[in-house]
Amino acid sequence: MTQKNRLAGGQLDRDTTLSFTFDGKNYSGHLGDTLASALLANNVRLMGRSFKYHRPRGPLTAGSEEPNAIVELRSGARQEPNTRATTAELFDGLSAKSQNRWPSLAFDAMAINDRFSNFLTAGFYYKTFMWPAAFWEKLYEPIIRKAAGLGSLSMQADPDEYDKGFRHCDLLIIGAGPAGLNAALTAGRTGAHVILADEDFRMGGRLNAETLAISDMAGADWAAQTVAELASLPNVRLMARTTVIGAFDHGIYGAVERISDHLAKAPRGKPRQILWRIYAKQTLLCAGATERPIAFDNNDRPGIMLAASLRAYANRWAATPAQRVAIFTNNDDGHRTAQDLHAKGVKIAGVIDTRPDAPRALDYEVLQGAHVTDTKGRLGLTFVEVACADGSTRTIECGALGVSGGWNPNVHLTCHQRGRPTWDDDLAAFVPGGTLPPGMVVAGAAQGIFSTHGALKSGADAARKALGLKGRAPAVPDAKDSPVIQTPFWYVEGCSRAWLDQQNDVTVKDVKLSHQEGFRSVEHLKRYTTLGMATDQGKTSNMGGLAIMAELAGKPIPEVGTTIFRPPYTPTAIGTLAGRMRGKEFHPTRLTPSHYWAEERGAVFVEVGNWLRAQWFPLPGETHWRQSVDREVTATRASVGVCDCTTLGKIDVQGTDAATFLNKVYCNGFAKLAVGKTRYGLMLREDGVAMDDGTAARLAEDQFVVTTTTANAAKVYQHMEFVRQCLMPDADVQLISTTEAWAQYAVAGPNSRRLLQRIVDPDHDISNEGFPFMACGNITVCGGLRARLFRISFSGELAFEIAVPARYGDALMRKLMAEGEEYDVTPYGTEALGVMRIEKGHAAGNELNGTTTALNLGMGRMVSKAKDSIGSKLSERPGLNEAKALMQIGLRPVRADDKVTAGGHLMNATGPVDAAHDQGYVTSAAFSPTLGCMIGLGFLKDGGNRTGETLRLVSPVTDLTVEVEVVSAHFVDPEGERVRA
Amino acid sequence: MIINHPLLGPRDSAEFVYLGAAELMNRPDPETASAEDWHGYAYLRDNPAGVHRELWFHEGGDRSILIVTRDTTTHEISAVELARKPRAQT
Amino acid sequence: MHDLTPITALGGTTPRVDTVGDVTLTEVPNVALASVAARLGQESACAKKLKSLLGATVPEPGRAAIGRDYAALWAGPDQWMLSADFDTHEDIAVHVKSHFSNTASVTEQTDAWTCFDLMGPRVNAVLELLCNIDLTGFDTGHATRTGIHHLGCFVIRTDARQSVRIIGPRASAGSLHHAITTAMVAAL
Repeated sequence: MTQKNRLAGGQLDRDTTLSFTFDGKNYSGHLGDTLASALLANNVRLMGRSFKYHRPRGPLTAGSEEPNAIVELRSGARQEPNTRATTAELFDGLSAKSQNRWPSLAFDAMAINDRFSNFLTAGFYYKTFMWPAAFWEKLYEPIIRKAAGLGSLSMQADPDEYDKGFRHCDLLIIGAGPAGLNAALTAGRTGAHVILADEDFRMGGRLNAETLAISDMAGADWAAQTVAELASLPNVRLMARTTVIGAFDHGIYGAVERISDHLAKAPRGKPRQILWRIYAKQTLLCAGATERPIAFDNNDRPGIMLAASLRAYANRWAATPAQRVAIFTNNDDGHRTAQDLHAKGVKIAGVIDTRPDAPRALDYEVLQGAHVTDTKGRLGLTFVEVACADGSTRTIECGALGVSGGWNPNVHLTCHQRGRPTWDDDLAAFVPGGTLPPGMVVAGAAQGIFSTHGALKSGADAARKALGLKGRAPAVPDAKDSPVIQTPFWYVEGCSRAWLDQQNDVTVKDVKLSHQEGFRSVEHLKRYTTLGMATDQGKTSNMGGLAIMAELAGKPIPEVGTTIFRPPYTPTAIGTLAGRMRGKEFHPTRLTPSHYWAEERGAVFVEVGNWLRAQWFPLPGETHWRQSVDREVTATRASVGVCDCTTLGKIDVQGTDAATFLNKVYCNGFAKLAVGKTRYGLMLREDGVAMDDGTAARLAEDQFVVTTTTANAAKVYQHMEFVRQCLMPDADVQLISTTEAWAQYAVAGPNSRRLLQRIVDPDHDISNEGFPFMACGNITVCGGLRARLFRISFSGELAFEIAVPARYGDALMRKLMAEGEEYDVTPYGTEALGVMRIEKGHAAGNELNGTTTALNLGMGRMVSKAKDSIGSKLSERPGLNEAKALMQIGLRPVRADDKVTAGGHLMNATGPVDAAHDQGYVTSAAFSPTLGCMIGLGFLKDGGNRTGETLRLVSPVTDLTVEVEVVSAHFVDPEGERVRA
Repeated sequence: MIINHPLLGPRDSAEFVYLGAAELMNRPDPETASAEDWHGYAYLRDNPAGVHRELWFHEGGDRSILIVTRDTTTHEISAVELARKPRAQT
Repeated sequence: MHDLTPITALGGTTPRVDTVGDVTLTEVPNVALASVAARLGQESACAKKLKSLLGATVPEPGRAAIGRDYAALWAGPDQWMLSADFDTHEDIAVHVKSHFSNTASVTEQTDAWTCFDLMGPRVNAVLELLCNIDLTGFDTGHATRTGIHHLGCFVIRTDARQSVRIIGPRASAGSLHHAITTAMVAAL
């Protein structure tokens, strides 16, 4: 197909022709085109259907404020809905589809909505679908969901990658139009670290869209020359294709850089987009201005667009929506479009100017004091109806109409910290006001300075101000400084189906209706009519709605108020916000030193915090996890097992006050613990609830090694730092985590000592006499490697924990396996570990669940009264010390085959089963291969006095009722003889 | 937010963990405090709309706990100090 | 001599080397590390001992210093991380503790960490995707602890524009290595 509406000139690479498809049809364009400019050049004006009425729509703008030309880009998993054709860079092979139409863009069945528009006015959904209530979920919502929404999702995972990054600068300049470029030049030449970011792929802003001159050269050429100079400065970073989406606290800006959206496919390993956090000491907002439309009946037909956008298409992209064009304006800027298009050979059918004193032109007719009343053309504009000053009417034939109602400064980022724009009477527009984000200065059109000279000068001045530069300001490049006069003209008298928000289909009539129904606040108007709530966030529509509200209320605009803007400036993909943090990369993975060995053994792993721990080690022939776990438990209790317990938190506590410090953080005493001994410790929160438990081993008078549970390691360290820095600043104590420095293994079972004697160097006596229960010490293993040995037991067997520097963990584990062959040494995982600790009645995370106290855990007497510790005072509260408080108990099913489930509640043998009669609950349950039945741990009211009682264990959720007997929690070796063997 | 660390200069608040109101440093004297004192310490917070002194733990940095004076309505930070005062190096 | 064979943090027997474009990432297992924290009231004495051990000025907050046998970086108030060649200082904490005597708490840290050197002309392009360091003023001898993909790491500028050393938690060496190499491919 030929590019029928392609004009001469423009900033296109005409030597590079790109082919693309739109709704399956082939077209061609050039490098430098957007999808919208290429389609217009190909005489395609119709690009989408509106949200509610499915009205045919074409582009209204040439930028990111676009409400109408919203398309689906690409296909397959990369299909992206709701993309603005006006900013999508054309690439070879691009495929795009129109949205919100069925079966085709030209014939849309849902356009029937347009016929019923009288019923679909503001608040339609609220009014209609409220009754009957039961219909909402089943009927209304599914229908609305199907009919609403613009594009469709691919329903596949996003195959692209996204990055996050951090950049710092002295001055961030947002927007590379004349103000931003001149600011960057001024700041860059001083050597300051400058970042210049612009959402466009070509820097220059309006200079690329205009024919005006700077320093005797075309504006676009001056922009290109300036960009080239900036690129040569090492202290200036140019970030094109980068949208600053939000201004956050203390000079932090969010910016989305599109790295490969303009390519057919991102190069391997390259991100599609990067979300930058930019830390700016000072910020200069040069975001320019957005042209505002005038509302008149049927002002939404394809071909009707903002006048300056029409001009941008002609000048920058050498494209026009039609060969015969009319202009409707209330200011001089509209005339510029007529002049530029005329110069490009486009026929100007007339300039309709609302001002009776509008300037006349030689080359085309100007209708002074006239306005457009209606338009015609089913799928694209064909005629406009004009009411002339003398009361006559005219019908003008044209394929496009450029509309200009003046300009609104782009104040969005100034509002992100609740800065409220102020009304400027001279401009009839809101300008930045209130409290701007700290460190932000605004220049150029964004500040309401609309002339080119003004933009260049204010950019340079603002840069000098931001950097605190003194002395003579450098000369401002020559440019036009014509005054810009804007008089308000929001809508044509008497119009009704005149669109304000084209994407969400909000008309002048809707705004009037909502006013009639009592919606007086701007925020309420927005929510009731959905004005400004589409993907464009009302960039072209909010002002019109506000102006009409003001008129209806009989108040000036500033008194009606304004809505402020919030991030993001333009729609941002969720993937961009996620960055790399998805799937397995959501958090880091921690591996123990013997992980690779465990993998070789075919271990099944479980995530514990960020750690991967071996859960069990299946042997050939084992088909169910219970087979592996039962075997591991039995083998350990019978001979010897080895378990990787590297993941337990380890904190080195040193200093002359180390024991005093531990006395404060543990509820039980540590001051008298002898060197070479280990003690169990329970840590409470200040409110008396148990926080964590572990052991503390005294390696020297002034050194302890404290262990924490795997899951609480970071939290306990943080708590200990709080106590050290905030509560005991005068204590001589130093803390550091050593969790990952040591590979640590539990060696458990009656043969554990025999196995270790083959590893530990012979000059260390680890006999029961030389190294009794709860002993600890520095040793050497395997011929001189420094190691630590602790005689502690979680399994209830004779057991040790041995630690070596992490790099030797793998080798030590292999050595233990080789040396242990004689004893059928068995590696065991976290499941067997759990079974053995339940058999032994040791509390773990399930019991230390954030609601239980030392008393509940059966450790009430551990809370020392002889000293003050965190939580000791509040654990004395009467509420935590009731006579029949919950106490930890053991449970066995009355019938050996019955199941015991964690989470189930305990009820008396007879009587009602309800919350009022609740006796307690089960925290842990497991099949005990040692006892041959399931067993459980739990908390029972007055549990210490109810041994032997039969209760019902109920779980209404799983419809379970089982009779259980209350027993001692110490199922195995209650006297503790084995650990001392 | 950016917290101006007294030793390390401006750092992103993402490197910190919030620990709560700075009143947590005023733990009641276990010898003399009443039950009400302990109740207040454990449970009662002012939650002001305005200036608030609070603790931030530089977990991702030097592990210092900082007392940050922040306006909760604007996030303006007017003072930052170390919870544990640096010792004079005598 | 013991008969146990060490593995690197990434699980190999030899250090891993990855090159993308002009930047190379090298796993450096032969770094011995120890934490030195001054005892209360011994801050000056400890700093003097550190100075004599280093043969260089004690690093201020945000800085590292390289001495003859040892290097040190500031890790916290009155706290430093010492490093030395693993081959000659495998028992670094033992050596150092006797030097500091009772002026400092010394803790063995060698195997708590994994060490990577990232070198090449465009190292900053990689770093800015990884961590929030103000690279406009991050000069030779600067060192800071910061987060890399949720991992607390020390980043030390070992050469003005060409190289950094990244010291991160050992158990997450695989995740850290993945993060760095991914950023290398993305940035270079």
